[in-house]
Amino acid sequence: MKRWLIALVVLLLGKRRRAARLAERERIVPPGRPEPRAELAVFWLLIAAAVCGAGFPVVYALDPPHQTQFLGLSLGLCLAFLAAACVTVGKRLVVTEHLEEDYGVEHPTEQEALEQLVDESGDRFTRKRLIVVGAGAAGTALGVALLTPAASLGPVFDLDPFFRTPWRPGRRLVDENGRPFLADDVEEETFYTAFPQGADREQMGAPVVVVRLPTRELDLPSERRAWAPGGIVAYSKICTHAGCAIALYRKPTFAPTQPRPALICPCHYSTFDPARAGEVIFGPAGRALPQLPLAVDGTGHLRAAGNLSGAVGPSWWGVRNRKPHA
Amino acid sequence: MRHALLLAALALALPSLALADPPRAGIVHVQVPPGTPLKEYGYQLYGGNCVTCHGPGGRGIYSPRPGSGGQETLGPRLKGVGALAADFYLRTGYMPLSSAYVQPRRSRVLLSDREIRALVAYVASLGPGPAIPQPHPERGSLRDGLTLFTHDCAGCHQINGEGGYVTGGVAPPLEDATAVQIAEAIRTGPYLMPRFSEKQLGDGAVDSIIRYVQHTKHPTDPGGWAIGHIGPVPEGLVTWLIAMVALVATCLVIGRRHA
Repeated sequence: MKRWLIALVVLLLGKRRRAARLAERERIVPPGRPEPRAELAVFWLLIAAAVCGAGFPVVYALDPPHQTQFLGLSLGLCLAFLAAACVTVGKRLVVTEHLEEDYGVEHPTEQEALEQLVDESGDRFTRKRLIVVGAGAAGTALGVALLTPAASLGPVFDLDPFFRTPWRPGRRLVDENGRPFLADDVEEETFYTAFPQGADREQMGAPVVVVRLPTRELDLPSERRAWAPGGIVAYSKICTHAGCAIALYRKPTFAPTQPRPALICPCHYSTFDPARAGEVIFGPAGRALPQLPLAVDGTGHLRAAGNLSGAVGPSWWGVRNRKPHA
Repeated sequence: MRHALLLAALALALPSLALADPPRAGIVHVQVPPGTPLKEYGYQLYGGNCVTCHGPGGRGIYSPRPGSGGQETLGPRLKGVGALAADFYLRTGYMPLSSAYVQPRRSRVLLSDREIRALVAYVASLGPGPAIPQPHPERGSLRDGLTLFTHDCAGCHQINGEGGYVTGGVAPPLEDATAVQIAEAIRTGPYLMPRFSEKQLGDGAVDSIIRYVQHTKHPTDPGGWAIGHIGPVPEGLVTWLIAMVALVATCLVIGRRHA
């Protein structure tokens, strides 16, 4: 960083000193005919790029449903107009010349000659300020467009909604058709998806996956012993890695090579052990699946006995420090 | 010593080779007099092909697992699995399995139809169990099938039924699965697939799922090139290959010098 700053200062100082010397030297590149129309075209292309680039954050902010192609279109057009401007500059405005002899090998003169070449090639630019304004506008718009998606990374300050789930003690578990789960109907070797009765199912904390395991195979921490009536356990269906739905249940098999049941996320194969409090046994997930304490009521229905044991979904700042609440 | 053994094996094998039909690899075929009951024929086939892992009388083979004190089975119990499971495992070529430590995969069926019927009859006679199901996919609803398949099956088998992976196992493609085999697989849960009972998925739901699986074999594509039948992603990749060439061509045009 420090080096770059020094280099910048030296460059700026050097430029000013050089300007005085330039007046009296001999030209290398022949003077080019000014092309005001091309210059104007470049300016308008840059402005078009700026408008399209500015369109990106506008489309992003308006957020029309299922219309992401407009985001792509605005950014794509912005880059296309920028490219067109560059091509026009290269083809119409920079003075070009075929040189027959090689450049000299002596370094000081070569360096100066190169600088002179660059300076003189820009001869055709008569309205420098206009072009600079256009390029600045296009660059700013493009920069803003590229930074806009960072807003999708989630809230930084108000994290509270992330910790809110619809589960509370006594809430019944229902299936996708709204029928309450009878504990006796829950069988081994298969899996069920359950939701809190009467709550919004689209909430991230709502869906849980329910499996029944032989009680002798359960290996829960002592404080969770009562969470699995009859060997029935429930975990959040949202993977703690990237938030996909846990859609796979690996049934325990007889083969010695395949000893443990597992809940698996099909996106990146994060694998969780339902018998051991949902701990990660394979894959990229960083946290165990949050467990929902269960209880069986007088009529034999499954109810939540509390809230989930941890925050639901992919991790964010401070995810391990707080418990979810209703 | 080894030579002597080989010679002895050859001496034993040669006469039997000359007498019997050429044997098919790994399978013991038994000769029974005509009129033998199917169950008895199945019993003899079971003794030749299945008993090593599933134990006499379908009781399963248990061996103590070192360390934990629990029981590990070499082959599961067949008492009570019924004709349903036997029919599924034999007709898909899942069984007989060369080693109990690998996942059974769909392979060429080495048993004849009569041999399979005999084995199924024998396994069904071991204890009360479910019969071979008779699904009616034509009664199912494609729309419900899609919903149910998405919910319960697509996580492993993919939405187009082309199969996929689970950690530690393979979810097979469903291209070759017949209607009966799909119904059987749903009820048994072969290998590490979950088992869905009639409480969870009724016979009507199974019919719908089968109808959907059959649809995935000949999907109606809404447009485009339909590469892989899974939407625009593979087409996008191919388009990119074309776009690369177009972009390189554009670069050449831009870079050409004026004469």
